[in-house]
Amino acid sequence: MERITIRFKVNGEDATVAVAPHWNLLRVLREELELTGAKEGCGAGECGACTVLVNGRAVNACLYPAVEADGAEVTTVEGLAGPGGELHPIQRAFVEKGAVQCGFCTPGMVLSAKALLDRVPLPSEEEIRTALAGNLCRCTGYAQIIEAVQAAAEELSR
Amino acid sequence: MAEKTFRVVGTSVTRKDAPLKARGEALYADDIRLPLMLHARVKRADVGHARILRIDTSKAEALPGVKAVVVGEEAPIPYGIVPQMPTEYALAYKKVRYHGEPVAAVAAVDPDTAEKALDLIEVEYEPLPVYTDPKEAMAPDAVKIHEESPFPANIAYQAEQEFGDVDRAFAESHYVLEKTFRTSYVNHAFLEPHSAVAKFDTNGELTIWSGTQVPHYLHRTLSKVLEMPMQKIHVKVPKVGGGFGGKGEVSNNELIAALLARKAGRPVKLTYSRKEVFLQHRGRHPIEIRMKIGVDRDGYIQALEYDGTMDGGAYGGWGVVILFYTAAMLHLPYKVKNVRFRGRRVYTNKPTCGAMRGLGGVQPRFAMESLLDQIAIDLGMSPYEIKKKNAIDQTHETVSGVYVRHSEYKQCIDKVVENSGYLEKHRKLPFGRGVGLAGGYYISGTAYTLYMSYKPHSTATVRVDTEAGVTVYCGATDIGQGSDMVLGMMAAEKLGLPFDQIHVVSGDTTLAPFDLGSFASRVTVAAGTAVCQACDRVLEKIFSVAAVQLGCRAQQLAVADGEIYSVFEPHKKRMGFWEAVERYIDANGPLVASGEFTPPRRTGKFKGANIGHSPTYGFTAQVAEVEVDTETGEIRVVNYWEAGDCGQAINPQSVEGQVEGSIVMGMGQALFEQVRVAEDGRLLNPNLHDYKVPTAADLPQIRTHIVDSYDPDSPFGAKESGEGPIQPVIPAILNAIYDAIGVRFTEMPVTPEKVLEALERRKSERS
Repeated sequence: MERITIRFKVNGEDATVAVAPHWNLLRVLREELELTGAKEGCGAGECGACTVLVNGRAVNACLYPAVEADGAEVTTVEGLAGPGGELHPIQRAFVEKGAVQCGFCTPGMVLSAKALLDRVPLPSEEEIRTALAGNLCRCTGYAQIIEAVQAAAEELSR
Repeated sequence: MAEKTFRVVGTSVTRKDAPLKARGEALYADDIRLPLMLHARVKRADVGHARILRIDTSKAEALPGVKAVVVGEEAPIPYGIVPQMPTEYALAYKKVRYHGEPVAAVAAVDPDTAEKALDLIEVEYEPLPVYTDPKEAMAPDAVKIHEESPFPANIAYQAEQEFGDVDRAFAESHYVLEKTFRTSYVNHAFLEPHSAVAKFDTNGELTIWSGTQVPHYLHRTLSKVLEMPMQKIHVKVPKVGGGFGGKGEVSNNELIAALLARKAGRPVKLTYSRKEVFLQHRGRHPIEIRMKIGVDRDGYIQALEYDGTMDGGAYGGWGVVILFYTAAMLHLPYKVKNVRFRGRRVYTNKPTCGAMRGLGGVQPRFAMESLLDQIAIDLGMSPYEIKKKNAIDQTHETVSGVYVRHSEYKQCIDKVVENSGYLEKHRKLPFGRGVGLAGGYYISGTAYTLYMSYKPHSTATVRVDTEAGVTVYCGATDIGQGSDMVLGMMAAEKLGLPFDQIHVVSGDTTLAPFDLGSFASRVTVAAGTAVCQACDRVLEKIFSVAAVQLGCRAQQLAVADGEIYSVFEPHKKRMGFWEAVERYIDANGPLVASGEFTPPRRTGKFKGANIGHSPTYGFTAQVAEVEVDTETGEIRVVNYWEAGDCGQAINPQSVEGQVEGSIVMGMGQALFEQVRVAEDGRLLNPNLHDYKVPTAADLPQIRTHIVDSYDPDSPFGAKESGEGPIQPVIPAILNAIYDAIGVRFTEMPVTPEKVLEALERRKSERS
C-alpha cells in the first residue's frame, strides 16, 4: 500500500509516521503512536469522543485526514497534564465536580473545553453549552460537565 | 432508625477511576493491544429475513493477510440471556432474521485487509417475507421467524395476570378513562461501541477482555457456545464506556472474537462500528399499550387494565423477563387493588430489543402517569392530589404479593411539588408554557437468578494485609456508574479507614468471587451487603486479637479513623488498626474474610410471579416545565425538578449524576430519539447524526433533591438511584406539553412536526 510520510508535533514531541492516504488522524494517534486517550465513538464526527487540538483548534480526529496533520501541532489528552503528571486544571475540575462517569467522552470533552477556554477565558454558560454541543455524553446529563468547565475557567483566570 | 453518623458514606469523595479517565490513561477494550493481535470484521446480511442457502468463504480465506474466517455452522449452539429459551447464534445459522445480522467474520493482520476480505465472501439467500410491524408478524398466515417457538404466529411469549375483581371495580368506578399509547424504538447510544479482545493460550485457556455489564453470563455463554469448560475461561472487564442495559447480555462480537481467536491461534480484537452498535441494539421495546384506569369520586384508583404488544425484534434476549416487568410495574408506586394484565412479545425482522435503563417500567409508567394526569384534570382535581392520594405508604404489599419494605414516595411528591412551585404554575401559565408532574419507582435488585440456582447473588472477599493494604474482591462490574467507588466507600466506612486506602478488584471471573452483574440496579444493595458482611467478619477477627491486647471484650470494640477502641473507654483502651492487623497475621496467618448476599425468595402462584420482587425499591417524583414554540413546534424543556428516595445516598454527587443522566436520557426519548426502519428491515438512521440524542445545548436547568431516607435493612440505608429516575421523565414532559398547549400526546417522540400538526388540528376543530 502506498504510504506518505508525515512529520508533526504531538504533545510537544516530534513524530514521523508513514501513513496510507485514507487514514485519519485518529488512527495515527491510536494505532501508530499508542495515544489511546482519544476514543472512537462513531467514526463520523458526530460524538466528539475523538476530539484533539490541531494548532489549538478542537477537531474530530476521526474525520481529520492524517496527511493534513503534516507540519501541525497536535495536542491529545495525554499532553495536558503538567511535567510531574499533575492534572491540568480542567481535568482536575472534571474529577472534582463528578463530570466523569464512564469516561469515554471525557478526553474529548476536556479538549473541547480547553479550546474554548483558550479562546474565551471566562465563557458564559451558554457559550460553554455551545462549545460542548459537539461532544456527546450519555452518562452525566451534562450538568456536572458544565459545572466543571465553569470551575476550571474560574481557576485558570485567577 | 440506625445510627447515621458516617465518615465516608454520604460524602462526595472523588472516584479513583476519574483521574485516569480524565488523563486518557484508563484502558477500554479497544485500547488493548496484544502481540500478534489480529483485527476482525463482520460480514452482515443485506436481507431482512431469509434462508441461507450457501456461504462461500474460499476467496476471503485466500486473501493474503487473512488468518481465519468463521460462519454460523461452526458454532451451531443457540444461547440467550434467559437460558431456558436460547434463540440466538454467534453468527446467523441457517436463517437470517434481521437486516445486518452477522453471517461471517474475518480475522486479518490489519483492519483494511479484514474489511477487504468481507467483499470476497459470497452468500446466497432464499428471501422470506420481512415483518417490521408486530401486527403483520402476528397475522395467522405470517411465516414464522422462529419455527420452534411454541406460540402462534410470531408471538415469542404471551401472558395474562389478574388480581381482584377487575370488571366489578370498573363497573363501580365513578370515572373510567382509557387510551392507547405507543412508545418508540430507541437505542442506549452509550459512547463506547462494543469491543472485545480474545486470546487462547497454549494450554487452551481463553482470556477475553470485554466491555460487558455481565461477565458471569458472558462466562457461561462462552462455555456453552465454544463447548469448553468454564474453568478454562477467564473474563476480564476493562473500563466500560457506558452500558445502560445494552451490554447486559452477550453480544455477538464477544463470541465471534473468541471463535476467530481459537481458529487463528492468535489474539483477535473485534470492535463494532456505531452502525453495528445499532444492529446489536437491545434497546427499549416499542410497546402499543391500551390502558384503562377507573377511579372513585375522590380520585382513588379502583381498577387498572393493561394490554401491551411489544415489538421484540429478531431474537429473544431479555424479552420474556421484560414482558413480566411491564406487568409488575403496574402495581406501584400507587395502591391498586384490581389489576388485569395482558401482554405479548412479538418477533419482527428488526434488531433485537432488550434491556434498557429502567426496563419494563418506562413504557407502562408513561401510560399510567399520563392517564392519571388526565383523570385528575377531568375530575377538576390537581394531578398532585390524585397522585398523593393514591401513593403507597412507607411499607406496602401489592395485590400481586410484592412487598415494599421502605418507601418515601409521598415525601418525594411533596418535595418536588414544593420545590417546583407546581401548584402555583399548573394550569396557570400562559399558552405555550406548562408544567407536568409524574412519579415512579424501580427495583434495587432482583429476587432470582436467570437460571435455577440457590447460590448467593453477590459475594465479596476482603483481604487486609500489612504489605498490600486493604483489597475488596467482588465480581460486581463498574460500567461507569461508579460501583467500585460505592463498594470501596462502604469498606472504608466499615473498617474505619480513608477511602483512598481501599483497593477494589472487580469485573473479573478469575480474581473476584461471584456476582451476577450490573443490571436491575442491584449492585449497591447486593454487592454492598456482601462487602459489608466480609468487612464485619474481618473486624471480628481483628477485634479478637485487639481485645486480648487491650484487655476488654471483643464485642465492646469499634473502629474509626484508623484506630480500634473500646466503646466504654475510648481514650484509655485503644490501638492502631494496622498494629492489630499485624498482630493478627503474626498469630494466625492471612487476614481474609468473605461475605454474601442472597435476596428473599418471594413469589406467587401465577405466571411471572418471580418477577418484580426486589429487596427494596427506589422512588422519585419529577416536575418538568416546558416551553412550546407555537410557530415552529419546537419544545424546550426549560426547568426540571426531581426529588428522589434512594435511601441514604452513599455518594450524593454520584446520585446527582445518575439522576441528571436519567433525566436527559428520558428527555431524548420523549422528544428526539427514534430508530427508523425501512420496509425491507434496513435501519435508516444507524448513526449519531440522524439518531438524535440530547446535547449540552438541550440541557434544562435541573434541580435534584435527595429526600431524607434510610432503609434500615439495606447496607448503610442505601437503595437504587440509576433506573428509578428515568421512569417519570417522559410523562412529566408530556404532561407539561398538555399543560402548555392542551394537546395530549400518546406517542413519542414529540417532534416539532407533530406539535404543529396537533396545533393545526386543534385550531380547525375550534373554528
